Formats: sequence, structure tokens, C-alpha cells
Amino acid sequence: MINVTARYFAAFRERAGRDSEALTTDARTAAELYAELARKHGFADSMTRCKVAINDELAPWDVRLSAGDEVLFFPPVAGG
Amino acid sequence: MSFKITSRAIDPADLKRSLETDSAGACVTFEGWVRDHNDGAPVVALEYEAHAAIAEQEGAKIVREALERFAVTAARCEHRVGKLAIGDCAVWVGVTAAHRGAAFDACRYIIDETKQRVPIWKKEHYRDGHSGWVNCATRTDAPAESPR
Repeated sequence: MINVTARYFAAFRERAGRDSEALTTDARTAAELYAELARKHGFADSMTRCKVAINDELAPWDVRLSAGDEVLFFPPVAGG
Repeated sequence: MSFKITSRAIDPADLKRSLETDSAGACVTFEGWVRDHNDGAPVVALEYEAHAAIAEQEGAKIVREALERFAVTAARCEHRVGKLAIGDCAVWVGVTAAHRGAAFDACRYIIDETKQRVPIWKKEHYRDGHSGWVNCATRTDAPAESPR
């Protein structure tokens, strides 16, 4: 188990009802953490359409999590 | 800064002037405006949110790619965030080149990649009081937002 902070944006933030939360998790990768949080908060977007950033850098979904990471979850983008 | 997130009104004339150079024979610009409908629903306002630091990082990468791929002299993009009204300019892209072909191609590349890759989100506010995040399957209980 490691401690990380999840941060939510746009639709994820509104759905979760919070900007961020401290978590203790078994998830080893960002993908596993997304699956866990999707169940918890009811995020309905397929991971392939979303993005993740670790400590303010975009990262691949299979990136391994480290204790203390800040994991940013981005729902599907819609600029322009 | 080649790609900027701003909460202020975009000034197309000022941005275009910043691209002027004697070697350019073509200037292509694109403006994305807030329109009053989407998918048949009347829209009264839009709200854009971004992760500004990552958006500017990824956006600058897109502009660099355009400069490498196409024979252009300069390019830049600005995207607005916050609450916008119908007719407001949400995004501006400008490219200069010796010839028009490369300028059109690079301008299109920048706006298309921006829409796909840059962490910017759009929330539509509809006439009936509901709102929704564009492209998202995750639903928030609309109208969940208290009026601001």
C-alpha cells in the first residue's frame, strides 16, 4: 500500500465532488488507480480517451506509482 | 510564448502583428468562436477549464512540431479559459510562411492537435438550465452547478 494524492479536473472533479483527495492504495500503476477511482466515483470514460499526469507531467497509463505521487486525472479533452 | 492559456479576451489583431516578418508571403489565421448551439441544443454560454502549465507545455510541443513539419516561418496559438459568451473568440491560431500551402497546413495541424491533445475542457450551458462537459461520458448531475 502506498499513499498518493489524486487530483480531478472538469467532469471528474464535479463527479467526485472534490478537487483532490489523499488515498492509500494497492494500485501499482496509474491505470490501476484510475480503475479503482472509476468504481468509487462513477467515472464512465474509457481510460483510452482520458489522460494522466504525475507530478505535473503527462505520463503513460502504465507508469508505476511511487509513494507521495500527485496523480492528475484528465477527462476527455475538448479545446477549440 | 508560442502557446498561451489566457483568461483575458483574445486580441487577434495584436497576435497577428506579432507574427509579421519580411520573409513571409502568407499568413493564415484561425479563430474558434463560441456558437449558439451544439448537437441541436441551444447553448447560452461556454466555460473552458485548463491545466494551464501542462496545456502550455503540450501546446508549445505542437507548435514546435508544426515548425518542423511544414515550411513556415512562425506560428503561435492562444486559448482562452473561463466563462465565455456567444461570439467570443475561444482560440486563435496564426501561422506565417513564404507560401500559402505550408501556412494552411500548419494552421490546420495546430488546431487539430490542440483539440486532441491539450488538457482543456469545455462545459456547455444550455438554454434549459442544464450543462454538460463536451466529449465526456462521465455525467455530473445536471443542473448540478449553482448559478454564479
